[in-house]
Amino acid sequence: MSCSGWGRGPLEAVCGWRGPPHRKDTDMLRSWRLYDAPRMRVALFSTCLVDALFPDAGKATVRILERLGQPLEFPLEQTCCGQMHANSGYFEPNLVRRYVDVFEEYDAVVVPSGSCAGAIRHQHPLVARAANDEALATRAEAVAKKTYELSQLLIDVLGTDDVGAYFPHRVTYHPTCHSLRMLGVGDRPLRLLRNVRAIDLVELPRNDECCGFGGTFSIKNRDVSAAMLADKMESVIETGAEVLCAGDRSCLMHIGGGLSRIHAGVRTLHLAEVLASTEDTPL
Amino acid sequence: MSSGDLIWTDDPPFAQNAKRAVDDSQLRRNVRKATATIRERRAGLVAETPDWQELRRAGAAIKDDVLHHLDEYLEQFESKATARGAQVHWARDADDANRIVTSLVQATGQHEVIKVKSMATQEIGLVQALGQAGIAAHETDLAELIIQLSHDRPSHIVVPALHRNRAEIRQIFLDGMADAPKDLSDDPHALAEAARLHLRRLFLKTKVAVSGANFAIAETGGLLVAESEGNGRMCLTLPETLISVVGIEKLIPTFRDLEVFLQLLPRSATGERMNPYNSVWTGVTPGDGPQEIHIVLLDNGRTRALADEIGRQALRCIRCAACLNVCPVYERTGGHAYGATYPGPIGAIVTPLMAGVEHAPELPFASSLCGACYEVCPVKIDIPTVLVKLRADAVKAKPHKAQDAVFGAAASAMGGRRRWTAALKLAPLMRFIRHGAPPPLSGWTRTRDLPDPPQESFREWWSKHR
Repeated sequence: MSCSGWGRGPLEAVCGWRGPPHRKDTDMLRSWRLYDAPRMRVALFSTCLVDALFPDAGKATVRILERLGQPLEFPLEQTCCGQMHANSGYFEPNLVRRYVDVFEEYDAVVVPSGSCAGAIRHQHPLVARAANDEALATRAEAVAKKTYELSQLLIDVLGTDDVGAYFPHRVTYHPTCHSLRMLGVGDRPLRLLRNVRAIDLVELPRNDECCGFGGTFSIKNRDVSAAMLADKMESVIETGAEVLCAGDRSCLMHIGGGLSRIHAGVRTLHLAEVLASTEDTPL
Repeated sequence: MSSGDLIWTDDPPFAQNAKRAVDDSQLRRNVRKATATIRERRAGLVAETPDWQELRRAGAAIKDDVLHHLDEYLEQFESKATARGAQVHWARDADDANRIVTSLVQATGQHEVIKVKSMATQEIGLVQALGQAGIAAHETDLAELIIQLSHDRPSHIVVPALHRNRAEIRQIFLDGMADAPKDLSDDPHALAEAARLHLRRLFLKTKVAVSGANFAIAETGGLLVAESEGNGRMCLTLPETLISVVGIEKLIPTFRDLEVFLQLLPRSATGERMNPYNSVWTGVTPGDGPQEIHIVLLDNGRTRALADEIGRQALRCIRCAACLNVCPVYERTGGHAYGATYPGPIGAIVTPLMAGVEHAPELPFASSLCGACYEVCPVKIDIPTVLVKLRADAVKAKPHKAQDAVFGAAASAMGGRRRWTAALKLAPLMRFIRHGAPPPLSGWTRTRDLPDPPQESFREWWSKHR
């Protein structure tokens, strides 16, 4: 599916729509959409972490997609995918059921987190089956199939690897283990970043190595976690980047927390935040 | 019933052990250097093997077939091996196996045995058991010899003395090997030569050998040992009696299946295209090699693991240790921190699966779930998923009141829109504990700051702006 079907080209021609939408633009977009069947309904699953502590990653996701002419819905009944619980030994089929109930009706769900998207795809059926709820497992599998991490949605569903971003800074990218290995996003985030105007993208050495976060691992096994973090920070600082970018706020919270403690002067930004930045509204 | 040396103390305290290891900079350097070397060699060989993914799939499928029909393959193996003159014994647990091996050695009237490197004999604590019966068992694998002489324990499945450097090994030889030259240097060739001379005397005089096996071939009743030094070949061919302790999951259906595994194993284990020595023997060959062949088939918790629907894939393991070499946790802690015969990611699952998770409840948590282990596993064991499943079992087996309460409260807060919205109002309080939080968050703030909480949650922003 190409993005032209969702109107950036036609919209620009019709009403000169460009940049992040104001309410009026979105309304126009919606009324225009009514005549454009079949219409795709995309929901945002913000993740509990972004909802509670990193709303900027959520806002940025909304800005990117609306700039591309794909409005988002945010069902307020959503809470958490339950990964944090499952990885700590507490399977919560109720959170799986909530996710499935809330998002089943949409054509696609976008998640600004490789880790949570991975958990939804791989862990939800497992948790449902552990509770002997085969019906829920089947539904969870169906919803998981249409759940996408941000870079997957942009490239695989909306068909674009250039979102018209502008970010004149030195950036290094940490691929995060779950994006890379559990979800398999491959080089999608890097393809998107390479197309950002004015960006100075530098490779992070030993980038496929875990930062040591691992959820409650960072507390239960704090000494090993801290040793892993120290090596990751060393790699980041080695690049001379001003910004460390990743597709997961959780890993960034960990690395960023370490960088802040040693006053390294490196900012951490979610992939969505870098991609949302434009010349008109820079970050 | 005892599972022997599978775990070294009940409920090994990984976090505590790991702290000691992380603080030992010499140990970290040794482990990092060794794992990085094997890791790079392996990566190079995998890259040049075009059908690597197909080989992995084939390896997993063959092992799954064995596990699904384990009873049939075991009986087939027993009848074929017996027909070729081997004697097959069945051991339910470590005690059983140790008793069988001890009485077999006693029947020969010998008081010394030579040993091929074997994880199964480590797991049951065979050397100690034989020692108690007055039988001296000499390890002949160079690294196992180093471990035995220093009264240490192995810290790696394939490279058991990986935590030692050559200066340390020189000292161990001088202290523990009576026939070591007094002017021994730490040159690797000199060290190997000293060990060679020491071991040669043992090979020539000892009449009984004990081994494990990498593969047991159901079709023929044969066993295979893969090794690098040739010391194993000495043990397998020179003595009069050969006793092999073999885990029941070591079976493969046919000789031809070795085509797959002898490509997977050396590349994954030591970063070689082929093992320097692959020794295969099938029963007794009259006039050639040991004339008395015993095979002890060992359960010791393997059927318990087999009963676990998600965990049973761990029995595909061919003990290559590729998962240890890529594990960021193992790289920083070494093997001893796991407090078990099988360390690293595979150890963190097979140990609780075989011994019962209640005896090793910390081990499934000794991982950041980064998934590097699954990526390299030659038989595609989904270690992260098994870890997560075992964590749930561990929480059930050993409830932790405070932690249960925290997760219960979180799940309840996330159970509805109103409750969650209310809970989000607490986020700004994080501001006050960013640089030093009370337990359990103090584990976080010791080395990292907590994030600066936002003015409003995402949903508040959404509700205002949409």
